[in-house]
Amino acid sequence: MSKVDLSVSIGKLKLKNPVLLASGTVGYGNEISNFTDLSKIGAIVTKSISLNPRKGNPPQRIVETPSGMLNAIGLANVGLDVFIKEKIPFLEEVNSSVICNIAASSIEEYVQCTQALNDRDVIKAFEINVSCPNVKEGGLIFGNDLKAVGKITKKVRAATDKPVIIKLSPNTASISDFAKVVKDEGGDAVSAINTLVGTAFDIYSRKPKIKNVTGGLSGPAIKPVALAKVLEISRTVDIPIIGIGGIMNWKDAVEFLIAGASAFQIGTVNFINPNAGLEILEGLENYCKEMSIYNLSELTASYKI
Amino acid sequence: MQINITQVESNIQIGKNTYLIKVYAPVLASEIKPGQFCNIKVSDTSYPLLRRPFSICDVEGDFIFFMFDVHGEGTKILAEKKKGDKLDILGPLGNGFTLDGDFQIAVIVAGGIGVAPFPYFIRLLKNKKNVISYLGGKSKDNVITYGIGSTIISTDDGSEGYKGTVIDLLENEKEKFAVGRIKIFGCGPNPMLRSLREFCIINNLECEVSTEAAMACGFGICQGCPVSSSEKDKYHLVCKDGPVFNIKDIEL
Repeated sequence: MSKVDLSVSIGKLKLKNPVLLASGTVGYGNEISNFTDLSKIGAIVTKSISLNPRKGNPPQRIVETPSGMLNAIGLANVGLDVFIKEKIPFLEEVNSSVICNIAASSIEEYVQCTQALNDRDVIKAFEINVSCPNVKEGGLIFGNDLKAVGKITKKVRAATDKPVIIKLSPNTASISDFAKVVKDEGGDAVSAINTLVGTAFDIYSRKPKIKNVTGGLSGPAIKPVALAKVLEISRTVDIPIIGIGGIMNWKDAVEFLIAGASAFQIGTVNFINPNAGLEILEGLENYCKEMSIYNLSELTASYKI
Repeated sequence: MQINITQVESNIQIGKNTYLIKVYAPVLASEIKPGQFCNIKVSDTSYPLLRRPFSICDVEGDFIFFMFDVHGEGTKILAEKKKGDKLDILGPLGNGFTLDGDFQIAVIVAGGIGVAPFPYFIRLLKNKKNVISYLGGKSKDNVITYGIGSTIISTDDGSEGYKGTVIDLLENEKEKFAVGRIKIFGCGPNPMLRSLREFCIINNLECEVSTEAAMACGFGICQGCPVSSSEKDKYHLVCKDGPVFNIKDIEL
């Protein structure tokens, strides 16, 4: 039986396989490398980097909900300088493909971060976070505004030759409008979806379980929503999609590919099984063999509706 | 630090709401230190979704023990595990207590299920140092003495031992143990640890505490378990920088 070609192209970004580890669920790679071989993963997407370090939100930051979890970490990160000095060398050493996720509270900050990281070979693409639900500045203020997303895409596009991926929010009326703006302004791909805004209360104290009051819902609970968003983009906009949302195993991943994704990111599952990426890769390869699929791209948007 | 597929040897109820589970886990047993913890997946399904963190309670040969109160859905499922059941355990995690040092007496201060990390601690320390244990609880049903040996007890309602908090008890007894070089080792709910911090600062006593927080991964990637540092504008992560801290380094 001939070998399955699992490599994927996301615009001009070429990756050895479609398994990406989602931003905010792998730090900068060092901790999870105790459990998994990062050189075999398609790419890891870094914890959001901002120009200056961010302390993050006060506790309690996370709570489990039915088949999911709410988080309000608040983009806690080491900042651009420490990322360059201390985190990039490790990522180079483990021979990992890195997509650098950038969060910012102004359009200038997105551009500044992108420019500062543009000459790093280990960074294969930028993922621009315009959809964090847990910070006041930046995040959803941009992610809910078509003009802002368009402008950010255009300015970041102009600041780098590397592929630019915009991570979209599901907390909008029409996600495909945003995907269209990204395409029109020169973005290479979209990641869909970021977390859904949610909350939970303690019924005895009547206080929110998350100090930030609301958090971002992730995990298997959001998979059907995420699939519908990926499908919506796939049917209306001609742009590569990286599917995200509640993938726990290879079957979930295949669904995202069928719904229109060229690659996918796994997030919450990394907290439970930090080797899930490689297990999903193996399951995906077996599925392709079983289904006589020799090139993974045959699966993308292969839905029969 | 790895995922260990282990097997339950026994699971017994040792208090009104408290269980002790014994697990065959040779690798963990050989690696884990007192004060470290494990993150346990209690089911094969996505309910509950996340692992649950538990301090190592004791180690005997190839077996490890966890002590837990039934508190929510995760611990309820764990309480139902029987001999022969598989258990997916991620560990060992965190830093653990500092057993070396020039102290002569280890003073244990534990509230409720905060006693959980100390049986193993005492097992390793008892031939080298003197150990005095102060245990507190709301009521006598909440005071677990398993694996501690001789104890001095306080209860909020006075149903056993001294009536009051364990820190009030400590204050009353401080002349008794303040004769040699001592170090306090604490674990319990945050209000107790706050009082303990104050007590240790006022009396200039060295103290390590094991903290707890809601967490997802247990090894530093989710950033879900911050505890305020005593340095301005800084958090530590309970899972990776702790769970054991010098009590002066954190604000609770």
